[in-house]
Amino acid sequence: MPELLLELFSEEIPARHQRRAAENLKKLVTDALVERGLLYEGAVSYATPRRLTLSVVGLPAASAATKTERKGPRTDAPEKAIEGFLRAAGLTSLDQATVQNDPKKGDFYVAITEKPGENTTDIVADIVPTLVEKFPWPKSMRWGSGNLTWIRPLRAITATFAVEGDETQTIEFEVGGVKSGNTTYGHRFLAPAAITVRRFEDYAAALESAKVVLDLDRRMEIIRADADNLAFAQGLEVITDQGLLEEAAGLVEWPVVMMGKFEEQFLGLPEEVVTTAIRSHQKCFCLRDAKTGKLADSFLLISNIEAPDGGKTIVAGNERVIHARLSDAKFFYDTDLKRPLESRLPKLDAMVFHEKLGTQSQRVERLVALAAELAPMVGAHADDAARAAKIAKADLVTDMVFEFPELQGLMGKYYAAAQGEKPEISNAILDHYKPSGPSDEVPTQSVSIAVALADKLDILTGFWAIDEKPTGSKDPFALRRAALGVIRISLDNQLDLNLSKLVGDHMVRISGAADEAKIADLMSFFEDRLVVQMRDTGIKHDVLDAVLGNGGLAKGFTLPSIVARAKELAGLLESEAGESLLAGYRRAANILRAEEKKDGKAFNQTVDNSAFLLDQESQLFSAIKVVNESVAANISNEDFAAAMNDLASLRLPVDAFFDDVMVNDDDPKVRINRLNLLAKLRETMHLIADFSKLAG
Amino acid sequence: MSDTKLPAHMDPKNSFQGLILTLQNFWADQGCVILQPYDMEMGAGTFHPATTLRALGPKPWRAAYVQPSRRPTDGRYGENPNRLQHFYQYQVILKPSPENLQELYLQSLYAIGIDPKVHDLRFVEDDWESPTLGAWGLGWECWCDGMEVSQFTYFQQVAGFECAPVSGELTYGLERIACYLQNVDSIMELNFNGREGDEKITYADVFLQAEQEFSRYNFDHANTEILFRHFKDAEDECKALLAAGADGNQHKLAMPAYEQCIKASHAFNLLDARGVISVTERQSYILRVRELAKACGGAWLQTEAGGA
Repeated sequence: MPELLLELFSEEIPARHQRRAAENLKKLVTDALVERGLLYEGAVSYATPRRLTLSVVGLPAASAATKTERKGPRTDAPEKAIEGFLRAAGLTSLDQATVQNDPKKGDFYVAITEKPGENTTDIVADIVPTLVEKFPWPKSMRWGSGNLTWIRPLRAITATFAVEGDETQTIEFEVGGVKSGNTTYGHRFLAPAAITVRRFEDYAAALESAKVVLDLDRRMEIIRADADNLAFAQGLEVITDQGLLEEAAGLVEWPVVMMGKFEEQFLGLPEEVVTTAIRSHQKCFCLRDAKTGKLADSFLLISNIEAPDGGKTIVAGNERVIHARLSDAKFFYDTDLKRPLESRLPKLDAMVFHEKLGTQSQRVERLVALAAELAPMVGAHADDAARAAKIAKADLVTDMVFEFPELQGLMGKYYAAAQGEKPEISNAILDHYKPSGPSDEVPTQSVSIAVALADKLDILTGFWAIDEKPTGSKDPFALRRAALGVIRISLDNQLDLNLSKLVGDHMVRISGAADEAKIADLMSFFEDRLVVQMRDTGIKHDVLDAVLGNGGLAKGFTLPSIVARAKELAGLLESEAGESLLAGYRRAANILRAEEKKDGKAFNQTVDNSAFLLDQESQLFSAIKVVNESVAANISNEDFAAAMNDLASLRLPVDAFFDDVMVNDDDPKVRINRLNLLAKLRETMHLIADFSKLAG
Repeated sequence: MSDTKLPAHMDPKNSFQGLILTLQNFWADQGCVILQPYDMEMGAGTFHPATTLRALGPKPWRAAYVQPSRRPTDGRYGENPNRLQHFYQYQVILKPSPENLQELYLQSLYAIGIDPKVHDLRFVEDDWESPTLGAWGLGWECWCDGMEVSQFTYFQQVAGFECAPVSGELTYGLERIACYLQNVDSIMELNFNGREGDEKITYADVFLQAEQEFSRYNFDHANTEILFRHFKDAEDECKALLAAGADGNQHKLAMPAYEQCIKASHAFNLLDARGVISVTERQSYILRVRELAKACGGAWLQTEAGGA
């Protein structure tokens, strides 16, 4: 069967975009082929730094002819209708239409359009230029004098169509001044000559001998296997890093793995310092001793060429750069260690955190106060929490963090430990940034918890105090992440914190006064984040809304208690009793809504025992009285499971009431009393949650 | 590369100035005008009007030059092996960017003694942006055996204006390349003139004292009150010139106005090094310089060289 080969050859495509680009190319081209009536058997796409390649096999040589019928108006229809039909069908006169007869409709016009099949090559030549022009790169550019945009300048296009045996045809088209052809190029340095291409099979083979491994996954596999072998031979293990592996494979067409060494003295540095310098900055792999697990004084680099000197020059060059980087790091580390952390604090005076929220020093003072306030609530010593908060930001003005910002917190931890701080204090310096993202861990040590919460609550309270809340997609200070951090820390550690009070107290520290409206707004921001967070754990937003409708953070409820109530409520609603009770509640609420509207007043008077006519009324009333007291007691004991059981016990009397009692009795006194009874039922259920917020 | 063998003292492997002269010859052969450094203090070669202004408008342009770059915050009193407050950039701008720009760049490396068959040369993604110039472009850091030796950028926007045609910009980190070629660990050890024995002049001989004195000046002695005033004066003068030079659809003072923008930018860099500009203020100073740069770019487009 015929096959299509397409290659888009460009200047170096950033590694992180290659995989997605290859997938997009395949999808866009095959979708367009199918839309034009060309079905295919299989398609595969590839990416290297310099090319995107697509192979589509099992294509027909041409699309089938198509015949479409378009029914028109009756032959005796008004002229306007007939004109409209001709226009819509693309006919110039009625001679081009056929007349058909239908026993019911009579004679009517039909336009029959026959479209001949098109050659596949013509279709490809038609669709590819548009796809190239509209290709969904995350960020694309222009070059030279042209207007075409691509991720980096597009330099050549190969497009061939192979029909039978050796017969191949170049598909000719042009886009942005680049003409398609049947020529590609090998490795930039090892085999730059032009290669004439026929079909995928010889294309892939020719590239392989021109030192190009087309498949990203295969390049990754080559690097992984060669790296493991080289390491194994030295009794070492590669520190695996999938992201780095994919990036390294996206930077080469012909991966060659080589080992370099650095001076042993650098192993005296914290491990993370060495690996950050080598991995993030030089894109090389770090190694461990296979037996001891200790970091080794060697690294693996991935070169793009096989050099005549066996790569000696390349290894030596990389060793020089890594030596320079590690020397810098060691210099920073040694310099930093010469001074105690608190001696750096004055430098924070000069760092403005935010013009309306003062300097970093002022922020640290607030953190100290808030962490000390939080400490007893989370089981930490106030002095420890205050001390940790005091030095938590000091590493921001160390030389090492200035050079390697990604090491903030971690360096503080090392420096604090080196100057003899308690482990829980030095750990808190690293942990107080946590969780820094959805996959990051939550601090569990009490001092860490106090400082981590203080850090996040200070940012949130501060920005709420000055009215700089996140809007839409704009959240420059990552306030959503901070709120989520508070939620996760509170839930994972089951902390019953009165956030509303804490924020109020802290707002006084920041701006001298607690603004109730702002506090309430921040509490509902937390609640919105909680809804998003709980969605992933299977608790639906309406269940949480119902619980929050009955009283949320602003009323002093705590995050763990809100979640516990929501979980119990969700459990109740899943049971048969819950389902039936909810139906009863809705019925009661609907009747009340209608009658309240009719009478123009609310039914909130005391229920009158003497006005009951039926047993079902008095039974429901006594059940409500019992449940009301019990629910209130269970809620104040935070025993939500028991409170739900109480509610569930209402099911039978409620069902019985609706089965046998007609609320709108002719006697107004009986009717009003029954409505008051239903209102009492609603009120009792609302002790647990606002059931009206539950989705039907 | 020329066929005549260079004398040893001109070989980039032995001589810092030999490296510069080799690049000058190479790019002269590509039709570039070889300019001398702009006679003002600036943070990068990109600020030179031969790049910033000439990148705007429709007229073709090819230039290459060395530009001393001043980064007051990078001063280390001459003690850091790789970091200086004053260093050289070699800057090339080709407009429109030719199709073989990558090839030309690689040939220039070959000319200075970096053989792509022996060294691992790589184009690693780098999105370039200059907030103060309102400029951005896409391209790469060029790596040689793991070391960044150049930046390669296709300008997309300068001074807030779309670049059409697009210029290709190459920036070589001269000291770093020279350290690699001469196989020394510290910039100060570089052989400047390529001579040996008594005749040898090192980078330290030329610049060590300057690094020490200017580090003192940048970090401790620059009078911040005067610098704040300089910033304000340059900003006012720039705006005044922009207003005075406007003449219907033409502008007659675009280049003098742009010089004031360069001055403001450098005053800001010094203030930054003195640590007297806070994080949030920093942003507003950057914006003020960018506004000047944008207005100057707009004025340039109304001049003859800007294609008006």
